[in-house]
Amino acid sequence: MKYVDEFRDGALARVIAERIARAVDPRRVYHFMEFCGGHTHAISRYGVTDLLPANVVMVHGPGCPVCVLPIGRIDMAIDLVLPAAAGKVPGKRKDVTLCTYADTMRVPASRGLSLMKAKAKGADVRMVYSAADALRIAQDEPGREVVFFAIGFETTTPPTALVVRQAAQLGLANFSVFVNHVLTPSAIAHILESPEVRELGTMVIDGFIGPAHVSTIIGSQPYDYFAEEYAKPVVIAGFEPLDVMQAVEMLVRQVNEGRAEVENEFTRAVTPEGNAKAKALVAELFELRRAFEWRGLGRVPYSALRLKEPWAAFDAERRFPMTEHSVPDNKACECGAILRGVKKPVDCKVFGTVCTPENPMGSCMVSSEGACAAHYTYGRYRSAARSAVRSRTTCARST
Amino acid sequence: MRPLDVKRGLVDMSHGSGGRAMAQLVDELFLAAFDNPWLRQMNDQARVPMPSGRLVVATDSHVVSPLFFPGGDIGCLSVHGTVNDVAMAGAKPLYLTAGFILEEGYPLADLKRIVDSMAKAAAEAGVAVVTGDTKVVERGKGDGVFINTTGVGVVAEGIEISGDRARPGDAILVSGTLGDHGVAIMSLRENLSFETTIRSDTAALHGLVAAMVEAVPAIHCLRDPTRGGLATTLNEIARQSGCGMRLEESAIPVRPEVAAACEFLGLDPLYVANEGKLIAICAPGDAARLLAAMRAHPLGRDAAQVGEVVADSHHFVQMRTGFGGSRMVDWLAGEQLPRIC
Repeated sequence: MKYVDEFRDGALARVIAERIARAVDPRRVYHFMEFCGGHTHAISRYGVTDLLPANVVMVHGPGCPVCVLPIGRIDMAIDLVLPAAAGKVPGKRKDVTLCTYADTMRVPASRGLSLMKAKAKGADVRMVYSAADALRIAQDEPGREVVFFAIGFETTTPPTALVVRQAAQLGLANFSVFVNHVLTPSAIAHILESPEVRELGTMVIDGFIGPAHVSTIIGSQPYDYFAEEYAKPVVIAGFEPLDVMQAVEMLVRQVNEGRAEVENEFTRAVTPEGNAKAKALVAELFELRRAFEWRGLGRVPYSALRLKEPWAAFDAERRFPMTEHSVPDNKACECGAILRGVKKPVDCKVFGTVCTPENPMGSCMVSSEGACAAHYTYGRYRSAARSAVRSRTTCARST
Repeated sequence: MRPLDVKRGLVDMSHGSGGRAMAQLVDELFLAAFDNPWLRQMNDQARVPMPSGRLVVATDSHVVSPLFFPGGDIGCLSVHGTVNDVAMAGAKPLYLTAGFILEEGYPLADLKRIVDSMAKAAAEAGVAVVTGDTKVVERGKGDGVFINTTGVGVVAEGIEISGDRARPGDAILVSGTLGDHGVAIMSLRENLSFETTIRSDTAALHGLVAAMVEAVPAIHCLRDPTRGGLATTLNEIARQSGCGMRLEESAIPVRPEVAAACEFLGLDPLYVANEGKLIAICAPGDAARLLAAMRAHPLGRDAAQVGEVVADSHHFVQMRTGFGGSRMVDWLAGEQLPRIC
């Protein structure tokens, strides 16, 4: 496949791997956080860690839009289409259709529900590939209230803005958006401000692999602040495995040379300024929320968006009586700590036992970009092999 | 009674009532298409001669949506699916039964296209549709046409092909490019309008199997990787046989168009369904001979050895990626494509 295979070239990967192996200082360990789930997925799917030296440790970040969505927000979406679940009059909102990206369907919510289970109970939940599909459904079915469940970082925000503007132009009275768009820089700042990183020293981050698709929109400039203020190098990288390898090499060199700069490996798509048109569109329709709850990070100030007043008619939260409740995660689930990079999937007691992709307890096991799902699907043979070695050594010792 | 209006007529509840309208549908549509002496007996069952050997039986229900797709339709698919299930025992398929569940209001013209396609596929495969059944459900309670077929065949003594016979060291072979059927179906989904030249690979594989069994009678396992694709099928065999597998990603044949469509849709071709491909597992010493026999057959032209069976108490299927790392190829979680066969 042209323009894709080039970035998955195994021979080139070996060349970079050798360069990284020569560059690393064997006396230290390098901890790099890949912020995005897209990078987490690429690392697991292509087995990138097999090509890295043992003292380069990748820490998974919170950049998976499905994973950071708190239970309360999913509950709100379910209440919209399954009023009976919220103790309201059954069938009261029979006419609401919720359009959602597929990943969101399986995220566990309160009362043992998920959007998929709500669908099985009769709620009209439809899987769409884009915001435009939701708009089309609203046009085709004027008798139904069509709500688009808008989630994601800066990448998916412009398409949402676009369909809201289109709906206004078309005079569509039956279309609205349940906005859950969140902002990457706020989340990175929150992690760097967290006690684990700043005071306790329980988590070391020597640098970041910066977002790929998000940066095509916001550009590389917003990261200058982190590099400067927190003295952490950032390398913006594409989602292909060679991009990740190249970014790791660039980060290793920055750390070795004591530099903390924003470097751009993904120059084929990311400019310093980003996509001016998309940014203007988002600024036209959206404004900052004072605070927004993230799973794992808690309430993060100015970290999410909502529609501005002139577009209020298209805001599902203002159109329907929706109330947000903060719902704590299941006690056994470590998604919060995993999203902050403090714990690894295998540190969670329920990982791979009670919590599996078929029966996820936490959101990190749902999306293919989630750290737990990625490790379970692509990498759990590694931990199985390690525990086998451990149990063999224990046996040998006891006999 | 006027003949059936195949051009403009619609299926109605009387076509499943057991009355004269049903008899007419059977006579003019099904019998006309499938005609053979056993079906013509018009009994509720068929009495058929059996050659010597062991009986092989398989059943498969078909609910694909849409009913017509590039490279095939539910009719030929319902023949190929069951013929292949029988053939994967190394057997020769002989007879089929066909059960139709029709939705009220379905155009008879489309039903005729489906039945004719089934008859053509059965004739090409050399199997006879010997008995059948028709039911009609009310409008809105079905999706046009559902077809169940049961296949009967015979396998010679001495052929012991089974999913529990994979052994460490065995070679894993596939008969051709993966993912064609699933992507062809996906391209027609109403909310996914992308154009493609990819056609379903739906085909009856018993001819290929016969050539393979002749070349290597001691084949250990055969299975067609339909729903869940290569990944799921290998996990099934790994569990049945109590071993692991190791694949080589760069050896797995995938058409560039299929790879591109999967990339675009966020799918993994290893999990996408096939309807005209098989996986074979044999002793390492037999691999070259088996591969040559596969490649000599038109349906196995692109056959390749893609990996080997290994000892692994966890029964993991692992893969060396083209990138040089390794990863697991796990069971399919959830559903990748709804209603593909």
